[in-house]
Amino acid sequence: MIKLENVSKVYPDGTEAVNSVNLEIKEGELCVLLGPSGCGKTTTMKMINRLIPITEGKIYIDGTDNQELDENELRRDIGYAIQEIGLFPHMTVAENIATVPKLKGWSKSEARNRADELLELMGMDPSEHLDKYPVELSGGQRQRVGVARSLGANPPIMLMDEPFGAIDPITRDNLQDEFLKIQEEIQKTIVFVTHDINEAIKMGTKIALLKVGELVQYSSPAELLARPKNQFVRDFVGTDRTLKSMRLMRAKDAMKPSPKTVRLDSEVSVIQKKMKENEVDYLIVTDGSNRFRGWIRAQDLEGDVGSVDEVLSKDVGSVSRETALSDALSVMLEEDVANIPVLGKDNKLEGILTFNDLQEVIGETYTEEGGGRQVGS
Amino acid sequence: MKGKRIMSSILIIIMVGLAIYYTLYGSQGWYDPASGRDLLLRTWEHIKLVGIAEFLAITVGITAGLLITRSGLKFLASPVTGIANVGLAIPPLALVAGVSPFFGIGFRPGIIALFIYSLLPVLRNATVGIEDIDQSVIESAKGMGMSKLQIFKKIELPLALPVIVSGIRYSTILCVGTAAIAALINAGGLGQIIMRGQSVNFVSLMMQGALLTAGLAVTLDWLLSEVEEKLTPEGLKLGKESE
Repeated sequence: MIKLENVSKVYPDGTEAVNSVNLEIKEGELCVLLGPSGCGKTTTMKMINRLIPITEGKIYIDGTDNQELDENELRRDIGYAIQEIGLFPHMTVAENIATVPKLKGWSKSEARNRADELLELMGMDPSEHLDKYPVELSGGQRQRVGVARSLGANPPIMLMDEPFGAIDPITRDNLQDEFLKIQEEIQKTIVFVTHDINEAIKMGTKIALLKVGELVQYSSPAELLARPKNQFVRDFVGTDRTLKSMRLMRAKDAMKPSPKTVRLDSEVSVIQKKMKENEVDYLIVTDGSNRFRGWIRAQDLEGDVGSVDEVLSKDVGSVSRETALSDALSVMLEEDVANIPVLGKDNKLEGILTFNDLQEVIGETYTEEGGGRQVGS
Repeated sequence: MKGKRIMSSILIIIMVGLAIYYTLYGSQGWYDPASGRDLLLRTWEHIKLVGIAEFLAITVGITAGLLITRSGLKFLASPVTGIANVGLAIPPLALVAGVSPFFGIGFRPGIIALFIYSLLPVLRNATVGIEDIDQSVIESAKGMGMSKLQIFKKIELPLALPVIVSGIRYSTILCVGTAAIAALINAGGLGQIIMRGQSVNFVSLMMQGALLTAGLAVTLDWLLSEVEEKLTPEGLKLGKESE
């Protein structure tokens, strides 16, 4: 989709901003350009839509050299969102969002409908906000409109330069979550610039870490955390790599599918037998349609027990497939349990996550240098 | 805006009323105040002076002011606004007096002096109006694929317009006052009446000229404020209110 070949940028005063960067971004991927300030990440991004002229190398978009395209046409097909947002203060939200559609010659009603649709997508009520001016919006709303505007004419590619940079951490977190959800739906090819490692890990399919104009490592977030190429990457990623990879990995990455279970209507003796067979003192109890109902412990079955339902521990933690491992660990610690069920829709049992699994998966990402198992995406 | 309308109307009524009073009852001994006909003539002259000078200043000032914000000429922007700002520090009297050795006296030299003086605020505001636009707004416009002309027409001009008009307003008011001084080089206008009054120390004449000059300034200020208000985009007005 986007391919950078030996891309360099040297400014007239001799500053080398970007030095022979090679990068390939596949369709539907969100590639984060990450690095400290002055590393050339924004410059690299802006060479894609030619806001900054390239000095050397080639940038291909869908196989076409971007120098061969008309620069305005090129930009109209690439969504562009920046940290300062740059909404047009004299235009309403609807007019702002309709900027590129208008440039592309859409009719008024088409553009208006598109603005309506995009605000909806951004979780803003169109009837309330379409005719407002930017000054009447909150910071978070402006960011949303900025992103909506960059999606205006439904471009296949988007460039985003710290699009959630100028807002408070809580709103930023929400916007990131929302955007990830939207991205799942719209599947754009995105180049996303940030200096925030946490944002990069959260948002990126791939992360390109740059250092004074050079590409140091280009890999998936999990890979970057697990196998930093050199000291620079290690330092940039930070000492809390473990925590970061736990935030990145999901319950589905570490769980064991189809754990041993017993049915809710089983006889006590049957359950006890099954526990003995499996050498455990607890079992998951499900109902006829494999829905999680609770845990049964061996000690609860001692003495005179009428039905399983009576002695079931129902009020225990559970997680979903997409829960981050860090959150799963929190649940374990809070509930003081070493095992938690992983549940799907309608409490359907999907698997079990044990404390040991957690340790193993995290450990694995560190110990196996090269050729290890890919976690995360 | 409503307050300004009321204040301006009251001021204009008072000034014109007083001028009429001096015209009717301003006689003192041997001296008679200027006649109504004379006053109208001088007022018309004054308006002509201001009108022609302003027309030239606006044409040249806006064209030049906008031109030096274009990418190729941008290096000129700050020196020019600097010169304009310094130029405005020159007292009008000095400028008017300085013009006559080169251009002589009369209506034309008057226009030249007024033009030079009125040009500066127009030029400065046209440049500043564009330069002061949030760069991120321009960048996002560019990034979305607007051409230079589209950016100029749809973004820069509407956003700079209030600043430009406010420069014109300031320049016009300044011009009305300076035009009164231009009577020094016999350019005509209400200044002639004031000077005549001064030479014989006759209050009625001085008041007639001064009141009408002030009345003209207030009227133009009001009218141009209305224009400014009209041309300010809705989204910018809201911003001012919330600040």
